[in-house]
Amino acid sequence: MTVEDTAPEPSRTEEPTQPAFPARPPVEDQWFDDDAGPMVRLFSMTKGRTRPVEEGMFDLISLVTAVHPDESEEPDLDPEHRAILALCRHEPLSVAELGSYTDLPVSVVRVLLGDLLHAELIAVTRPVPLAQLPDERLLRDVINGLRAL
Amino acid sequence: MAFAHSDVQPVQPAQPGQASPWSAVALKILVAGGFGAGKTTLVGAVSEIRPLRTEEQLTTAGQEVDDTSGVEAKRTTTVAMDFGRIDLRPGLALYLFGTPGQDRFWFAWDELAAGALGAVVLADTRRLADCFPSVDFFERRGIPFVVAVNCFEGTEVFAPGDVRDALDLDPGVPVLLCDARRREDGKELLIRLAEHAMERRGFVV
Ligand SMILES: Nc1nc2c(ncn2[C@@H]2O[C@H](COP(=O)(O)OP(=O)(O)OP(=O)(O)O)[C@@H](O)[C@H]2O)c(=O)[nH]1
Ligand SMILES: [Mg+2]
Repeated sequence: MTVEDTAPEPSRTEEPTQPAFPARPPVEDQWFDDDAGPMVRLFSMTKGRTRPVEEGMFDLISLVTAVHPDESEEPDLDPEHRAILALCRHEPLSVAELGSYTDLPVSVVRVLLGDLLHAELIAVTRPVPLAQLPDERLLRDVINGLRAL
Repeated sequence: MAFAHSDVQPVQPAQPGQASPWSAVALKILVAGGFGAGKTTLVGAVSEIRPLRTEEQLTTAGQEVDDTSGVEAKRTTTVAMDFGRIDLRPGLALYLFGTPGQDRFWFAWDELAAGALGAVVLADTRRLADCFPSVDFFERRGIPFVVAVNCFEGTEVFAPGDVRDALDLDPGVPVLLCDARRREDGKELLIRLAEHAMERRGFVV
């Protein structure tokens, strides 16, 4: 039952009544503030260990793949590192999925991924900034893909 | 761990530190709206995997001043996000992220919203004002969005035009009625959003 309303409705025949809903107030005085809140990620579970990686390397939808198809080619690692590699050995998985499947906060997964990247055990595909995509073709692929679901 | 993807491409050995050798593209759509508006339900209805949950730990720095000490207090918040995935074709995955419902978590959206293809704003007509912050947010950042009026049982059915008026939407922004539990409705919303994103870029749909 998806009814669409593409254009503003023609005025209706009923007598003018109260608007159905209170209107959205103008935005100016709301709590938005463009420079509000630099966000600082916590690395408590990794004992403050952070390895500098390029900004945006581990976006929530960056896709991660283990470099080696076989576990035996990998050095001795912590169980958490091994768990991540096992998950993304046969298909690329997003940082968000890795967080969910390992039950670790994404901030922690990012640190572990930083270790793995440093050790050259993973390959990472970052999301292409939308402004740079040949976006008409991609958007058509999205629409066609959704229609085919 | 079992994954529900049937057409997984064979993985070529990847080069260390480099992008994967096959063209893997991940896109992101946000599902926003007020508390209990049906975000998780919608993500689950259209995803091919059961909705996943992940936790992002964030702190706001310099946002609040501690009353007792007068010192700026850093507040740490764990933000839980629901998300799902749709494989559109081999090498093209669409991720849907439900934004955290409570307004006090809005600061997490900036990171979530970066690079998003667009957003679905779920409007619950019983509490329409709950979606105002989401509408403001996407308008301000120029992120294409559609408004989905979620039809809960026992609620009056409103004309999309009433919702459009109350939200003071730009004429091009699609407003649709939906049942977030229905996969077909969710598909339709996402298709309309992708078409709207194309229109916004001046492409003929
Ligand atoms: N009748 C009806 N019920 C719905 C619909 N969408 C969601 N619900 C129900 O509404 C309740 C809340 O839905 P959720 O998907 O959890 O809402 P949410 O936006 O994720 O909630 P928070 O994450 O807590 O903000 C659930 O019990 C859903 O089953 C709908 O379209 N129609
Ligand atoms: Mg939810």
